[in-house]
Amino acid sequence: MDISRRDAFAIGGKLLMLASVGATLEQITGAEPAPDAYKVADHWWGMIVDVDKCIGCGNCVRACSNENAVPKGYFRTWVERYQVPEGAENPRVDSPDGAINGFPPATDESLKSFYVPKLCNHCADSPCVQVCPVGATFVSPDGVVLVDETYCLGCRYCVQACPYGCRYLHPEKNTVDKCTLCYHRITRGLTTACCENCPTGARQLVDFKDPKDPVHEFLRQNKVQVLKPQMATRAKVYYKDLDGSVR
Amino acid sequence: MIPGVDGFMYPNEVELQWSILIVLYPYITGLVAGAFILASLERVFKVEAVRPTYRLALLTALAFLLVAPLPLQLHLGHPERSMEMYLTPHRSSAMAMFGFVYLWYLTVVLLLEIWLEFRADIVRLSRTTKGLVRMVYRALTLGSQNVSPAARRIDDKVGYVVTIIGIPSAFLLHGYVGFIFGSIKANPWWSTPLMPIVFLFSAMVSGIAAVMLLYMAAMKVMKRAVDMRCVDTIAKYLFYTFVIDFTLEMLDLIHRTYEADESFRSLDFMVHTRLMVSQIILQIILGTLVPLTLLAVNQLWKFSEAVRRSMYTVAGAFTLIGIFAMRWNVVIGGQLFSKSFLGYTTYKLDLVTREGIVPAIGLMLLPFAIFFVLIKLLPPWPEAGAGLKQEPGA
Amino acid sequence: MRRLLNEWGHLIRPALVLLAALGVFLAVRAAVIPKEFGKYGHYRPGALDLVRSRAIRYAGQDTCVMCHEDEAKARASGKHAHVACEACHGPLAQHAEDPGSVTPKLPEVADLCRRCHEKDAAKPKSFPQVATAEHSGGTPCNSCHQPHNPHL
Repeated sequence: MDISRRDAFAIGGKLLMLASVGATLEQITGAEPAPDAYKVADHWWGMIVDVDKCIGCGNCVRACSNENAVPKGYFRTWVERYQVPEGAENPRVDSPDGAINGFPPATDESLKSFYVPKLCNHCADSPCVQVCPVGATFVSPDGVVLVDETYCLGCRYCVQACPYGCRYLHPEKNTVDKCTLCYHRITRGLTTACCENCPTGARQLVDFKDPKDPVHEFLRQNKVQVLKPQMATRAKVYYKDLDGSVR
Repeated sequence: MIPGVDGFMYPNEVELQWSILIVLYPYITGLVAGAFILASLERVFKVEAVRPTYRLALLTALAFLLVAPLPLQLHLGHPERSMEMYLTPHRSSAMAMFGFVYLWYLTVVLLLEIWLEFRADIVRLSRTTKGLVRMVYRALTLGSQNVSPAARRIDDKVGYVVTIIGIPSAFLLHGYVGFIFGSIKANPWWSTPLMPIVFLFSAMVSGIAAVMLLYMAAMKVMKRAVDMRCVDTIAKYLFYTFVIDFTLEMLDLIHRTYEADESFRSLDFMVHTRLMVSQIILQIILGTLVPLTLLAVNQLWKFSEAVRRSMYTVAGAFTLIGIFAMRWNVVIGGQLFSKSFLGYTTYKLDLVTREGIVPAIGLMLLPFAIFFVLIKLLPPWPEAGAGLKQEPGA
Repeated sequence: MRRLLNEWGHLIRPALVLLAALGVFLAVRAAVIPKEFGKYGHYRPGALDLVRSRAIRYAGQDTCVMCHEDEAKARASGKHAHVACEACHGPLAQHAEDPGSVTPKLPEVADLCRRCHEKDAAKPKSFPQVATAEHSGGTPCNSCHQPHNPHL
């Protein structure tokens, strides 16, 4: 059947109007929501910490505690203060209540002293994930080590396997809990609670897969280290100017 | 200042995660492995002298194996989810794989061997008893009443093969527990390739000592004479195994002291302070050196029967205490020091909480209760015309 | 054949028991195993959604300035420009969602300022810090310093 160009336009136009009316109706009536904008494959999360910027205020610890309802006495993140006497075998380290209320002032100006914020290192080669007997803890496709609290047995094997001491058993849920890199925030375009509230920018969330992320320049320009590199965990939290005395 | 903490610990490290229940678990599976190895001495290595303890050792192993998962269940945050280990086992996790080793050992090794060994008695008892007990025996026959000499010969052959498979299975059962600790690179007190081997040999020591003590106790209760040739042989094997175990532990100690890596100072301090009683006194002196001396002395000189029995009893009891202390020192000791090597915490052992000392004692007594039921059900010693291997054509 | 069965036949029974147990286990497993387990890795993919579904407590500075433009302008030129509003005022996502429902409490000045600015040997030397006892002798910090633009 031959359709003239005019007819084709007329029919096409009507179809288009119908489609747009239909789509609008669909939105108004609240049918299937638009597909998720966050694509796990586009991200590989980590963090950079500038040790010389940390002032030990503990804002990060408080923010994390508020954001994630961290039970009292347990810590998803904490800050350690190091005071290193020259030639001493061991540094003096303290972390009063994880530094949730900051630190009582250190007065000895003769020692090398500094603060080190710590958190889960979201290791790419995570020993805690390796030992979980059931698959309750895992590395997400975007590089965040998470715990499935509906599946965790509470055997605490992962707590033993973590070299950094960042896991604990939640006293009410009886499952293992840890830093989630504020997964619920970063997948919505926000930064982590600790980075948001750090007043000096000592902590910064980074996305290694984002070509515009400052992390690439940061890693190229600065001397960086991960904690306990001998453990070969492929940790993804990089510390700038980390002193050798840090445990 | 946190109560119980000296120096610095990462904030989440202060509280111990693995309690006395996790000390109990390797102790119990160790007794299982050790008892089975003693049983295999007779069955496979033809050490005929220990025959009187063969059935006893199998039942001891079963009693303890049945209790073994219980401390784990009590320890879990969510015991109702423990089936997940069988539903979605994570193949990279030693703990998950262990669930299958346990099942394999329980069914294909221990239960099968016990069934084959006791089958003739089970069939006989299913005919001669009455009431509820009779139903139990009939169920245990699995429907087969065939105890012809030919069938019994087959039972014997198959049992032999099962024991042969059982020896490496027993090694796996307890070696795996050692591996669960030994493979944790984060913990220098645990992380060593020696760990599975040390666990295995200390398991053998504890299992052999346990069967020796149970045998002597049972004979005393039943007012029967102790077969001294049997007990002397067991004591001899206990001695040899203990020498190997002691050598391995000394090797670990010497190696650590010599290499003196970053963890050494911290661990050394911990042993001399927090673990002074449990390691130096209980494990090494009372638990190893004293039994070794008592056993060695019996290899060099001949004492009277009564004296030998006393020495063996003391040696056996101290051995069991010492091996428990060893498990304690590994599990609890491994959590008393900070992974920063800058501090120490204390283990707070409660009384009647889920992971307290009362449930722990209960769990240690339970295998004896089960054992008592088992020896009533499956007689380990020859009554008139019953038990042991039937002569062909009898 | 008859002889074989006579001698070996009873061994079929424990084998059958074992097989039956295995069958039951596999049936239970198929019924109970979580949906799509193993899709991305050895875990339940629903866990990702579960973690993501957590409610947000800190709105973030960008959200605060959407309504509080005056404060934002006052801070923009000052030393506290990069300090998040909620670092001092606490988590306020609920307030941002529905301003009437939550009235933010003003922070306790003394402890708050001291946490960052109390003189401490471990703090970087370039960071502004004072021994507050000598500096103000107990006078509240905001008597002289405006918190949103504190430099005098």
